[in-house]
Amino acid sequence: MFRKPLDLGLVVLIPVLFALAPLAYNNQLLLFNAMVFLALAQGINIIYGFTGYLPFGYVGFFGAGAYGASLTVMFLHLPAPVAVLLGGLTALALGLVLSPLLRLSGVYFAIASLAASEAVYYVIANPGLVNITKGPYGVSLDRVYSPEFSYLVMAVIVGLVTAVVVYLKRSHLGLSLKAVRDDPLSSETAGIDVKRQRMLAWSWSALFAGLTGAVFAWQISVFYPGTVFDPSISIFAIVFTLFGGAGTVLGPILGTVVLYGVYNLIGITEPQYFQLIYGVLIMVLVLFLPEGIVSLLKRGGANVL
Amino acid sequence: MNLPGAQKGWSPDMLEFSLIAGILFGLFFALVGMGLNLVFGVMRIVNLAHGDFMMLGAFGAFWAYNLLGWNPLVTIPVQGLAFVLAGMALYYLLVPRLVALKDFEMISLVLFFGLSQTIEALAVLAFGNNPRSIFQPVFGQAPVHFLGRTFPVAWPVSAAVSLFFLILVYFYLYRTRAGYATRAVMASRDEASASGVNVDRISALTFGLGLLLASVAGMLSLFMLGSVSPDFGGNITITAFAVIVFGGLGDPVGTVLGGLLYGIGLMVMESYLSSWANILPYVLLLATLLVKPGGIMGKEVRHV
Repeated sequence: MFRKPLDLGLVVLIPVLFALAPLAYNNQLLLFNAMVFLALAQGINIIYGFTGYLPFGYVGFFGAGAYGASLTVMFLHLPAPVAVLLGGLTALALGLVLSPLLRLSGVYFAIASLAASEAVYYVIANPGLVNITKGPYGVSLDRVYSPEFSYLVMAVIVGLVTAVVVYLKRSHLGLSLKAVRDDPLSSETAGIDVKRQRMLAWSWSALFAGLTGAVFAWQISVFYPGTVFDPSISIFAIVFTLFGGAGTVLGPILGTVVLYGVYNLIGITEPQYFQLIYGVLIMVLVLFLPEGIVSLLKRGGANVL
Repeated sequence: MNLPGAQKGWSPDMLEFSLIAGILFGLFFALVGMGLNLVFGVMRIVNLAHGDFMMLGAFGAFWAYNLLGWNPLVTIPVQGLAFVLAGMALYYLLVPRLVALKDFEMISLVLFFGLSQTIEALAVLAFGNNPRSIFQPVFGQAPVHFLGRTFPVAWPVSAAVSLFFLILVYFYLYRTRAGYATRAVMASRDEASASGVNVDRISALTFGLGLLLASVAGMLSLFMLGSVSPDFGGNITITAFAVIVFGGLGDPVGTVLGGLLYGIGLMVMESYLSSWANILPYVLLLATLLVKPGGIMGKEVRHV
């Protein structure tokens, strides 16, 4: 699976760096959120970079994971790591329910997935379901609150999602997914099971968003439906991925580090300036640099993973 | 969605109220979808910034009313002309570049998404983050009595303005030379071009027209939806997309039908199941795309 030392290096190095980072830098929540966006950006990368399907409603899986985990803690009183796993499975189940969306072509899929995430949000936030989901009033997980443990679990998830992307990049599966993306008809003729492979990428992508959402819920422990279904979460993850370069391992990492860094410099105090920067950035990118900033490295002759 | 005046609770003649209000709102939603559908029809581009152009139209009317004292009905033609010109400029700036690219539909979706974010950010910088509304009685004080029901006067006025523009679009498409060419481009870009239609000019004009309709619909949103804030665009774009998919993509007549059915459905839900009404556009969109992608008119306009 890991044919080059760099592969294993990335998969191990990134989570270890994040795990050690709080010793050098004391804003742990910022580091945690950086990991959240890194995992989400790689999750988008799995589905968009390898199949060409862009899920505008990716946050739906994140929210489903957060609520799956929270309800597990509140009603089943299970320990937090188990709840995280069940949160991931909740998102995976949602992904299976929404799999007919993969029948739609790219543009329709993108908008339909956004509609699906909004629909899930309005169901969970509905006052009629207050006995189950607490409706718009939000949930509290103070019983299992543990910022240190959840931080480390998030680092592990970042390692896992990186491993999956490295695997896709190196394996026959990733190669055939890209063939499907570029020319579905010829790939099908060449004996690739197009539907099954798209389904696989979709499931991995949903699972990781769910796990990330679940750990996010655990970390912040008190949140509202609007917090975990905020459409700007999808937007950030998509922009980070596109900026860095989809379909590569390094792209989403670079994109998240650079843009989330910029966000923390100006985005928190002046969110509209950050929104302006990335809005213009997206337009410039798709017209002039559709492969993201890693393509600059490629042009420079580097062999980019 | 915050609908002023919608009544809550059960009552036998509420259905009648919902139906009439639904038709008034339906005409408005048909107008909301029409601009998006015309742009889609000629260019096969989903203008994700449609709702943001509506927002700009609403803010234009708001400032014209507050700074210059203009009645929103007076603002329409002045502002409309500006939107047509802006739309044509935007078309020539962006689209010819886009069409040359590989995977043009997906890239244009992302591009217009970027445009939407840019407009929203600029609007916050220019106007601040507050929702704006225009004093409702600008169209007259008295509520309207109709079939024993009472409506805010802004509803029938907005519906009438919507109807006027829908009829205008119909005459443009079916009774003028440019409209004839527009429908040819909608049917097939290549064949229209081969028949001597100036596809770029027609598309630019249609893009301008789409933005004009968005500006009018945005102005009416101030009355039909209560208020408009800079982040108004995202959800209304999805609603507009739901309406046009439901009516049939690229089919202007279907959009009117889709808008009316959507308006009636929304008002019925507001009356009887109000807490679930805001889920309607999303479920409608998903159901149509998955079950009947050609829309209710059933014509397979496009294989999805």
